[in-house]
Amino acid sequence: MTNHWVDIKNADIVLIMGGNAAEAHPCGFKWVTEAKAHNKARLIVVDPRFTRSASVADVYAPIRTGTDIVFLGGVVSYLLANDKIQHEYVKNYTDFTFIVREDFAFTDGLYSGYNAEKHSYDKSTWDYEIGPDGFVKVDPSLAHPRCVYQLMKQHYARYTPEMVARVCGTPQEKFLQICEMMASTATPTRAMTMMYALGWTQHSVGSQMIRQGAMVQMLLGNIGVAGGGMNALRGHSNIQGLTDLGLMSNLLPGYINLPSENEQDYAKFIAARAFKPLRPNQLSYWQNLDKFVVSLMKAWWGDGATAENNWAYDYLPKLDKLYDMLQVFELMSQGKMNGFICQGFNPLAAAPNKAKMNLSLAKLKYLVVMDPLATETSEFWRNFGEHNDVDSARIQTEVFRLPTSCFAEEEGSLTNSSRWLQWHWKGAEPPGEARSDLRIMAEIFTRMRALYQNEGGTFADPILKLSWPYARPTDPTPQELAREFSGKALKDLADPKDPTKVTRKAGEQLAGFAELRNDGSTSSGCWIFCGAWGPTGNLMARRDNSDPTGIGQNINWAFAWPANRRVLYNRASCDPSGKPFNPDRALISWNGSAWGGADIPDFKVDEDPTHGMGPFIMNPEGVARFFARTNMAEGPFPEHYEPFETPLATNPLSPTEPRALNNPAARVFDDDRKAFGKPAQFPHAATTYRLTEHFHYWTKHVRLNAIIQPEQFVEIGDALAKDLGIASGDWVKVESNRGYIKAVAVVTKRLRALQVDGKTLHHVGIPIHWGFKGLAKPGFLANTLTPVVGDANSQTPEFKSFLVRVEKL
Amino acid sequence: MADMTRRQFLAVTGASLAGSSLVLLGFSPAAAIAEVREFKLARATETRNTCPYCAVACGIVMYGLGDAAKNAEASIIHIEGDPDHPVNRGTLCPKGAGLLDFVHSPSRLQHPEYRAPGSDKWQPISWDDALGRVAKLMKQDRDANFVTKTPEGLTVNRWLTTGMLAASASSNEVGYLTHKVIRSLGVLSFDNQARV
Amino acid sequence: MALQSLDIVRRSATTSRSPQIREPSGGREVAKLIDTTKCIGCKACQVACMEWNDLRDEIGTNIGQYQNPADLSANTWTLMRFAEVENSKGDLEWLIRKDGCMHCADPGCLKACPSPGAIVQYANGIVDFQEENCIGCGYCIAGCPFDIPRISKKDKKVYKCTLCSDRVAVGLEPACIKACPTGALVFGTKDDMKQHAAERIEDLKSRGFEQAGLYDPAGVGGTHVMYVLHHADQPHNYVDLPADPRISRAVLLWKGFSKPLGLAVMALTALAGFFHYIRVGPDETDASDEAAAHELAKRLEKAP
Repeated sequence: MTNHWVDIKNADIVLIMGGNAAEAHPCGFKWVTEAKAHNKARLIVVDPRFTRSASVADVYAPIRTGTDIVFLGGVVSYLLANDKIQHEYVKNYTDFTFIVREDFAFTDGLYSGYNAEKHSYDKSTWDYEIGPDGFVKVDPSLAHPRCVYQLMKQHYARYTPEMVARVCGTPQEKFLQICEMMASTATPTRAMTMMYALGWTQHSVGSQMIRQGAMVQMLLGNIGVAGGGMNALRGHSNIQGLTDLGLMSNLLPGYINLPSENEQDYAKFIAARAFKPLRPNQLSYWQNLDKFVVSLMKAWWGDGATAENNWAYDYLPKLDKLYDMLQVFELMSQGKMNGFICQGFNPLAAAPNKAKMNLSLAKLKYLVVMDPLATETSEFWRNFGEHNDVDSARIQTEVFRLPTSCFAEEEGSLTNSSRWLQWHWKGAEPPGEARSDLRIMAEIFTRMRALYQNEGGTFADPILKLSWPYARPTDPTPQELAREFSGKALKDLADPKDPTKVTRKAGEQLAGFAELRNDGSTSSGCWIFCGAWGPTGNLMARRDNSDPTGIGQNINWAFAWPANRRVLYNRASCDPSGKPFNPDRALISWNGSAWGGADIPDFKVDEDPTHGMGPFIMNPEGVARFFARTNMAEGPFPEHYEPFETPLATNPLSPTEPRALNNPAARVFDDDRKAFGKPAQFPHAATTYRLTEHFHYWTKHVRLNAIIQPEQFVEIGDALAKDLGIASGDWVKVESNRGYIKAVAVVTKRLRALQVDGKTLHHVGIPIHWGFKGLAKPGFLANTLTPVVGDANSQTPEFKSFLVRVEKL
Repeated sequence: MADMTRRQFLAVTGASLAGSSLVLLGFSPAAAIAEVREFKLARATETRNTCPYCAVACGIVMYGLGDAAKNAEASIIHIEGDPDHPVNRGTLCPKGAGLLDFVHSPSRLQHPEYRAPGSDKWQPISWDDALGRVAKLMKQDRDANFVTKTPEGLTVNRWLTTGMLAASASSNEVGYLTHKVIRSLGVLSFDNQARV
Repeated sequence: MALQSLDIVRRSATTSRSPQIREPSGGREVAKLIDTTKCIGCKACQVACMEWNDLRDEIGTNIGQYQNPADLSANTWTLMRFAEVENSKGDLEWLIRKDGCMHCADPGCLKACPSPGAIVQYANGIVDFQEENCIGCGYCIAGCPFDIPRISKKDKKVYKCTLCSDRVAVGLEPACIKACPTGALVFGTKDDMKQHAAERIEDLKSRGFEQAGLYDPAGVGGTHVMYVLHHADQPHNYVDLPADPRISRAVLLWKGFSKPLGLAVMALTALAGFFHYIRVGPDETDASDEAAAHELAKRLEKAP
């Protein structure tokens, strides 16, 4: 979230699209009902299904799954055509005026530089025109035909209300009503928030759907303001924290990309990420990157990381490609993986195409499962009849199932979608012999370290030299680790302005990342968390819920990264002179000598606004980007591509270019491509989702939740049900090209037949949850149906759009 | 309307209308003592925690059996929302409200288990044996398949044949330690639930 | 526990008077307000109810809808019911209603109950079943105009929502109220709840729900569980919420039999108070019935 849960109460318009907050985040959704009840807010829900969120919406519009870019592109087009944009904001805080290279092109759904064989782009033309001064050329008059504003206008002119109705199946009058409501927030005193979740991420064009939403918000001046923002609701309790801490194939803590194998040189690795400003007097904060990296390497390898060995740069593995989950299971299916550890993760259910998952896991030599619950993954080798039809005798995988403690039995911090790190306390001992994840990881590590000490082995240095300063090496405490990722001074730190003064004594915790240094005198395991455990103690455990300004900032509750800031980009809530656009909901302001207010300024705190520094200080431009340059796989502007399993034969936006039917830059493995189904055989658009009664695959182990939604069902619109002679409560079989499930039919008016490209299209709703373990009635894992293809940027699987066939049993 | 069924019900039970005169047949008012159920949390120990499900991260209060004295073994007997928490203000969703049954789920794993190749059942294993065997398998695989340099001579120091998926419901402290350990081994096949 | 500390105002089939002198400041009647227009049908209330009251219903089957369990039971004291209704503009409305005991000011169950003290009404308005006194005859089920109480197969006693009388007794809100994520459930004094409802209705009217209103049916003397409805003129659309609930004819029939018997026994004068009990329910289901109920409700509200 750029903003935070409580801040939603400040919104005037709430758009829920690509998510279903009432269903998946009911307690956060409360702030929508607060905005409605006490801020006269209007709620808009756009979704293929009339959801629980829709049930309390002021306006609901149906949309065909996977076509959100057309809808939002239509909104961009409407706002530009009707001049419903916040001019002062857009002109000063975005790249509207920037001029793009002459050789950049977009034709028939493809951008310049496409390589059809590799399914990827040479992106060199996707950039700004740089002047002789080293800065981007701009045209404040916006007249230049290649300025970002003009290019955008041209690009989205094709996204007409007629096109929206034709592709999305959304009635035109509903679409226009929604455009009008959104446009009402173009004034500086009104704000719209956008709330989204996996309904946007789980598409082969998911990242671009989100960008398209952000573009609408920027046009309306809704980023950085109270009641605005792009708010990813996020799934798991610490999915934000684990991503912040870089637990992904290609990341280091604090959103630093791991080096690729071509980055053999440490200095070049840093230089490629420490962006130089692209406009005069811009902060471009990533220029401080080396301080963060050196402090991380000191936290990890201590004395083993020195200036002489480039801070142990060689200890970091180098990427030849991304080893995301889909890539890893592809390698596993080919027999190229030997071992796998699942820590509180149930990939047999959570990854697409269960049949492929069964096949892949069976090729492992060993599988280690750490979990508080008996997951399906841990028993992938066991026959559960139709629900998991395998031959145990033929599966040669050794499986270890290690019982772990759960939340109630642990202490530590979790980071929520508001970026708050909140400490929690232990209330009981774990059952039986269950142990904490910390202890298990520490035991595995110390045992391996002992083996390398005693026997030697390949490249043992990073293991032997790993900093392990814990009082009990086999069971580190959460406090020790929290202090470590927050950071401390390793030597007395002298004041750069007055070297006779010591600002921080050796061993002291640091107050924030501004104190980090690139000379090895500081350590911090995750720079964005720096200060969470500061010199005054554990700020994550703070419980002061006061809200003096009444706009819900709660600034002394727990700790928010970065720097306890609650609303990102909050400099953009003020006009260029530093006055709040909306004085009633002021976050910060310039008082003549400093920035301050209800939030921690997301800006250089003493920067005079007249000097022209932009509010988007992490970007080298200093402003927000409509034109993504080379940062996206499939192009600088979001463009609609059909889901990989689409009911349409051509992409209505580029009907003559077959290569632009689906995301041209998506990575699809051969076996997975063969497993795609065609509409002739699988005529119904399907989408998967979670019900409010459930949390993924956990709550079927929880009696109370099993009681309130006990048995597997699928949702079918009444029109389709009539066609197929299905009544509510009948059993149906839902089949994709990868397998089938059987479930009870819930026939509903909430899934309405849509008119798409001149034809009637039916959606089938497939809730996830049931499986072959737990207390709820046994069922089929819903991923039996889903296709293996990821978003071209994030590789998040396309769980939201695929094709099935329904038949009555 | 349900009236009909009630009337039918009465017709069935009406035969024993003697019940209607119970009060007249000697039940004294003194027998009609009434009381509310005893409030069950009066001295339970309160512990502040965070709901482990979604990323709203509602504050919860866990009530533990006993007053945390040495001889009282705490067991969570009730969980409700933390009214001080600025986001949930004491509320919970149907998942959070049911957390008690997660803590005490019959599916909670209690002991380390081992499944041998080709077997169709679990067998018990000690922690020591399990962790010892896991560490040994990992080292064997790492030593056999670790890549220090590519054929082109690039230093890559990576281990691709063992991978890990990390929990997104574990704490930052667990995540941090897990990342530190896994990268020190050179693993690149490493993701968390954010990927899905 | 003594009656005094509970402030019991009425007991089933009991003749002696209840203590009546306490007069808490700020009003003694409490109410639960269910705002169907804020309700998302998440069932947090259902779970919180089961969790707090140590109830676990069967893990059942799906009967082709979201509603689960299939019905109220001795273990399910509150249940979300779902209705899909197309409005006059052709837009779909998903009307979701939390069903459960309404805690009537004039409780049909209590009136019908023949077992002394098996059903009581506290001064705060809560109607509570005392299962140890329940004889399992089921008359309360017949007496309830909302079809709420359910008999347990296990112990043959009847159960329903207590409005968490154990929590309210120590100054806490009921478990369902506390859990409700959207604030669709609110708890407070009945006066405050009516005021809250009025604010909600004003907001709803500003959103085009001209018929928004409060459901606090007079036929049962008003209730201590009230609904805010978008369409107060169409309560039936909310899965058969009765438009004009009254104590069922079954109870009156029962009284028809019992009254002559009662009169005969009254000659003994030993149980004179029974007259006080029985006279509040006239024989006919006509306007006088409603008037009596109103009178009772008024008396309850003003009762010291």
